[in-house]
Order: sequence, then structure tokens, then C-alpha cells
Amino acid sequence: MNLTLKVWRQKNSQTPGKFVTYKAEEISPDMSFLEMLDVVNEKLVKTQEDPIQFDHDCREGICGMCSLMINGEPHGPKRATTTCQLHMRSFKDGETIVIEPWRAAAFPVVKDLAVDRSAFDRIQQAGGYVSVGTGGVPDANEILIPKTIADEAFNSATCIGCGACVAACKNASAMLFVSAKVSQYAMLPQGQTERYERAKAMVNQMDDEGFGSCTNTYACEAQCPKEIKVTNIARMNREYFNAEFIKG
Amino acid sequence: MKLDAKIPEGPLAEKWSKHKFNLKLVNPANKRKYDIIVVGTGLAGASAAASLAELGYNVKAFCFQDSPRRAHSIAAQGGINAAKNYRNDGDSVFRLFYDTIKGGDYRAREANVYRLAEVSVNIIDQCVAQGVPFAREYGGLLDNRSFGGAQVSRTFYARGQTGQQLLLGAYSALNRQINEGKVKMYTRSEMLDLVVVDGKAQGIVTRNLVNGKIETHAAHAVLLCTGGYGNVFYLSTNAMGSNVTAAWRAHKRGAFFGNPCYTQIHPTCIPVTGDHQSKLTLMSESLRNDGRVWVPKTVDLSQKLRNGEIKAKDIKEEDRDYFLERKYPSFGNLVPRDVASRNAKQVCDEGRGVGKSGLAVFLDFSDSINRLGKDTVAAKYGNLFDMYYQITDENPYEQPMRIYPAVHYTMGGLWVDYNLMTSVPGLYALGEANFSDHGANRLGASALMQGLADGYFVIPYTVGDYLATIGPAPINTNHPAFEQTKKEVEENIKTLLSLRGNKTVDEYHRDLGKIMWEYCGMSRSEEGLKKAKKLISDLREDFWKNAIVLGEGEEVNQSLEKAGRVADFIELGELMVDDALNRNESCGGHFREEYQTPEGEALRNDDDYAYVAAWEYKGKNQPEELHKEELVFENVKLTQRSYK
Repeated sequence: MNLTLKVWRQKNSQTPGKFVTYKAEEISPDMSFLEMLDVVNEKLVKTQEDPIQFDHDCREGICGMCSLMINGEPHGPKRATTTCQLHMRSFKDGETIVIEPWRAAAFPVVKDLAVDRSAFDRIQQAGGYVSVGTGGVPDANEILIPKTIADEAFNSATCIGCGACVAACKNASAMLFVSAKVSQYAMLPQGQTERYERAKAMVNQMDDEGFGSCTNTYACEAQCPKEIKVTNIARMNREYFNAEFIKG
Repeated sequence: MKLDAKIPEGPLAEKWSKHKFNLKLVNPANKRKYDIIVVGTGLAGASAAASLAELGYNVKAFCFQDSPRRAHSIAAQGGINAAKNYRNDGDSVFRLFYDTIKGGDYRAREANVYRLAEVSVNIIDQCVAQGVPFAREYGGLLDNRSFGGAQVSRTFYARGQTGQQLLLGAYSALNRQINEGKVKMYTRSEMLDLVVVDGKAQGIVTRNLVNGKIETHAAHAVLLCTGGYGNVFYLSTNAMGSNVTAAWRAHKRGAFFGNPCYTQIHPTCIPVTGDHQSKLTLMSESLRNDGRVWVPKTVDLSQKLRNGEIKAKDIKEEDRDYFLERKYPSFGNLVPRDVASRNAKQVCDEGRGVGKSGLAVFLDFSDSINRLGKDTVAAKYGNLFDMYYQITDENPYEQPMRIYPAVHYTMGGLWVDYNLMTSVPGLYALGEANFSDHGANRLGASALMQGLADGYFVIPYTVGDYLATIGPAPINTNHPAFEQTKKEVEENIKTLLSLRGNKTVDEYHRDLGKIMWEYCGMSRSEEGLKKAKKLISDLREDFWKNAIVLGEGEEVNQSLEKAGRVADFIELGELMVDDALNRNESCGGHFREEYQTPEGEALRNDDDYAYVAAWEYKGKNQPEELHKEELVFENVKLTQRSYK
């Protein structure tokens, strides 16, 4: 396959960026999207040109480090798939592919296609945990959790924190990400003690980070590589409002 | 220097309890006077950082990723072992200990392994309390499954993403401490050197990967939780960023490297498709519970498969060779990883492999799908099947998976004593970064167990003993050793950035990987290893002349990051080869062709090699010095491992 890439290049957060066109030649349909970029980068290095910076690590679709807006879609055209698991067989020979970083005020560009998602960490730090120290906990089987609830909590827990939901949203809202964590703990018995403080603290931090509001377009759910459901957002709203009324 | 493993006296089952009592304590009010550096935020690092901060120490934690949650522990799929005996199937701490020692082919320390088995039960309690969503049964109790190398079901799991869920648990504990101001987190920071003052580890030098700034950080103790070095093979199931740099630079500052040649080749990975391949993807070992491994009985049938003349389903039952079930009737498809991998290689070497390259065997679920139904199989392994489908474009519900062994884990690592302290006082190594608990082969679902055991339940006790000894006087970066080490790091970066040759760093990495896989991989021989030694040393010389490293130091520069890591991998490769050459026996993942039983199984030499090989760096271009820690077995009898 031969492709034309229009790639966003930006030296750092202070310098304005621009699209640069590259050729990706002799690409095998069995390559992953990132392996295709590896090929382009290796050529750039050979000609002493600065390679394209992008975030990636596990390349198994679980670490959440890879990102990329591909032809305007976070993680590209395939549903329930991270960029690292997207293969070139999803594209046509001769196609032009536009590659951009996540675009959100709360995710400043680090370089080229890599952005700073530390806002997500700070939201988790605000309350995304059960306050339990190491040791002194009950036997694991003393906490009974019905399978249906455990499974539902698990569905929320599968979020990999990649930020695709924010990138997909026209308001750059982080509601899907935050609500997945809030939901996981709100559903489990371990999370009950702090459920309302948690919801409040995490939502407040989310707002402080400059993420937008949710206007129920469901773009986040459509683009989430782990298929996290918007029902989590409804749950989080309930938790947040309850926090106002029921002082936990 | 004489190696002292500091194994406590007394009966096996009492060693850890007694030792905990004998360790010195730091009183609560004094704990806040101590600083501890934790490098790496995977299971070992995140759990250690959180637990130490809870105790009251001031922790600085570092990771090269953009968030501590991305460390490669996250990719572990299958599960975590614990001797809970919830199944009433005969499990016990001693049985987990025994399975692990035997699985490691009798090349691990009894005392360490017993402790690991002992604290395994606490880990599950801890994780559940944090809200880790382990698989459950309808009654609300925890579910278990079986794993390779064991005949009991002691593996706890969270669908096919146990690693992510456990790491998010540890990450949440870490977040709580960051929120409380007890942990200061440094992301996108890479450790480039260890600072040693008067023989003690007192700090690190890091590079900020965003602005390129070289920083120094001081502390009373330094914990390396930096994972394994499987990427020395270029292609492995490790993350792209996984590297040996922190451990290797510490090695050059005096930390001995233990058993570097012990690498684990995991039997069930998606086979290589071409030269473009950047990494290999593991298919969890848990699949061997319900999948049957086979190849055609004849080379002829295999040839037809590879040419596309026939499909797997066209091969009649009597023409299939379920070679693991045939050779190992009692363990069947659940033999340990090293045994499964070697047998897969063997049938492929005989020309009976499948897939275009012939370097693959089938992992077939049709029997399970017929027996349990597609839905049950999907509920157990759905995400793995999807992943396989996505990568290969073949539907594993309809045709068997093709799998082949790939580098997955490194049992070797920095040598540590029973307290997890390296040969440099004040420097500790936890998790995959140390060599300690898995001997020559690690059993499935034991890596997560060890990472969390070290971080949650071992280091909080043992580090206090050292800190109490050195006292709480403040340690800062004023000592000239910090400036000196920083200068050396900067000079190394300058040299790397001056390389404007004609070969990319990735090309060197690929070349190194090919040498290592060919001569120091699944099967090794004296002749091959000697050849590899020469090839690697030539590669090293060439690297420092002809590599291309672009850009500048004071910016995001992936070219520079890679170059530093590959340079270290090349040096490590040489040491791995030396270690493999030195070990004139086969054990676990280290298979020397000269030493095998008539059936082709690994043949150990307990008289001469029942020791840990701990290598000491002696300076540039000098051969490393071998130190031996004799392994003493008082509770298990050393036998030829048999899974028949």
C-alpha cells in the first residue's frame, strides 16, 4: 500500500504547529497503524529529519498511552479499537490520512501528536480511590459481591484512560472518563463509605482542569475503545446531586 | 566481596515471621525525616510507593510514561496466584512454594519463595479491599482458575486484564498518597544514573523527557522497580518503552546482576508476520485451560496447510498430534511455559509447524466450544479472542489460533538479598527488576504476585531496618558525587547526540534482537554463544561509530531516549551471553543443547551449578567478575522435573 499522510507537527506547547505531508510507501496491510508510523519515522531519521513524536507503549490496547485523531476520529475508523490495534487493512491503497493530536484545552500538546493528559491523573488523585492502607483488611471472601454487580462495576473499570472521550466530544468534556471511575466505586461495597465525597471531589477537579460540559451527544461512547457506556455519566450525575443532598 | 543473602535461621515456615520481629523499626515520628526514591510505578513500584508513604516516609516516585497507570504491569492478562485454597482442592502455602520452586527448576532461594507464597494470601485481601473487581461467582464469592505448572486452581483473575485491574488498584493507593502530599510524582522522567556516596545509594540522576533537563534527586534509599529486560530481544511481549537502563546503570555503579541468562519464552503468542513487526502480542496462558495445542502428524500435511491447499478443519482427528497431551499426560496442555515453548519449537523444527512461515502451532478451541458453548468460551476469553481477531484477521471461534513462543519475562535481574537490597547498600530492587523468586523459569500468574508481594508486604518491613541503621540525618544533593554523576550523564548524552552515522538506532536494536534470539533464545549452544559474543561486541563498536541520533538534549527527543536504551541493551546482551556460556547445564528457560535428557528435557547439573550467578561490573571493556551464591535446599528434594 502507498499512502499520503497529513501529520500535525508542533515543536512544543509554546510554538504554533502546522500540517506536514509525508509519503508512507510499501506499507503492508498487516502492519498496525503505529508500525506504519514507525516506517515513516525510520525513513525520516535516515534522511536526518526529526521523527514524528507520538505516544505509545504497550501496543496491546491496554496501557492507554496511544492516541491520535485519524481522519477526524479518535483511534481511527474502527470501533472498540485503540490506534495500536488498528491495522492498515482498515485503509485503502492510495488513501490520504489526516493525523492530529487530541484537541482539548485541558490536554496541551507536548510535541507533534503527543499531549499532556496529566489532568486525568489529578482527577483520580482528587478522590479516585478507596481509603484503605496496606494491611489490616478483611479476608477477600468476607466481602460478597453479587456477580451482576461485580460485572457491571467491571465494565466501568475497563477504562484505559486514553482520553478518546475528551477528543471525541465537541465540548472536550471528560465526563465519560470521570464517571467510569465514580461508577465503579459507587457500585461496589468497598466504595460506599466515601461515595459522595468522591463524586464531588472528582467532579470539582474535572471542572478545575478546564474540561467542557456534557451535552449528551454520546460521541464519547461511540468512540471509546473500551466501549464504556454513557449510563456511567447518568450514574455520576446522580452521585453528584446526591452528594449535595445526602451528606455522606 | 562475599555475597550474603541474609537468609534468616530457623524452620522455613517461621523464617519471615522471625525476621520481621528481628528487623529494626523506625519510630513513627522519625519516619517523616526519611526520603525514599521509587523508580517505576508498575505493580512493585506503585505498591511500594503507596505503602511506604502510608507508613509516613517521604516518597518521590518516577516513571517514564505520561502517567503512573501506564506501566507495563498493566498488560498482564491471565491472573494472580494465591494460596487461599478457596477451592478446597488441596492447595496450601507449602504447595504454592513447592510448585514455584519446582517450576523454577530448583534455581531459586527456598526462603524467598516460601515468603512469597506466605504473603500471597494477603495480596488478594488487599486488592479486594481497594475495589479491584476480580471475577466472582453467582454467590458473590471470588472465582478461580487453573494455570500452567499447577494441579490446583489458585489463580484469581479479572477477565483477561488482571494486570490492568491490579495496577489501577495500586495506582489508586498511590493517588491517595499523592493527594495527601506524601508522594511526589515525577512523570515523563527517566532515571539515567545512580548516585553512590561513600558506598551507599543516596540518589538518582534523571532526565525530564519533556524539556530534557537533567536533574538530581537525593534520598536515604533508592528502590528500583523498573521491570525486566525482555526488549533486549527487540521483539518481545514487553511494552515498547520497557528497558534495562535504570538497572543497568545501577549495575555499573556496583549492583550485581543475577542470572542474566534466565529469560522466559512464553508459549502462546501471536506469531511474527514480517520485518515491520514492532512487538509481539501474548495470548494469555489461561487459554491453555480450554484450548488444545496441536500440529499435523506429518510434514506432508503441514506443507499442504502452509500452501493453503487445506485448512485446519480438513485434517482428520487421527492425523493430528496433540503433542503436549501425548507427551505429558498428567499435565497435558498445562505444562510450564518453558516445557510448552520448547516442544512447540521442536515440532516446528521437525517441519510440522503451521501458518505461512511454518513457525506456529495450533491452539484449538473447537472441543471447548462444543462442550461449553460459544457464549461460555466468549465470557471467559472474549477480549483475547477479539484481540487475536483484530491482529490476525482470523476468527478464533471458527478456526484454531496460531501461536508461537515469544520472549515474555526475565527471571534474571539485579541480585538482592532476602531484604531485597542489592549489593549496593541502600539500593533495593523489587518485582521483575530483581532476580529473586522464580529461579530459571517463572510459573504463570506469579509475576503479579511477586510484584505486589515485594511492594506491599516485604519492602515496608525491610527498608526500615536499613533506615534505622543509617539514621535520619538529612541527605541532599550538595555532595560532589551528585554533580559528578550528573556530569557523566551529560557527557554520555553529548556523545550520543554527536552520532550522525548512517544506521538508525532501531536497526541496531533489530540486529541485536536477531543475534539474541538466534543464539541466546529458546535453545543455546557453546558454539552459538561464542559466535554471538563476537557479533554483539562488533555491533557495540559499530553503534558508537555509525548510529544516527538526531535532535538536541533540551527537548522531547525520542531518538536520544532510544539510543541510550539500546546502548545499554547491547552491553547487557554481552553479559547474558557470558552467563549462558558459564552455565554448563540446562535449567528452566536456559536450555543448552549439550545438556539434555534422552527425551530432550532440560538436564540440570546440581553438583556444579546449584548457585545464583551474580556478576560484578569491573569497568569499561573489562570482563565481569562472577560471584556465586550457593543455593541450599533443606525442604525440597532436587529431582528431575517431570510433568508426565
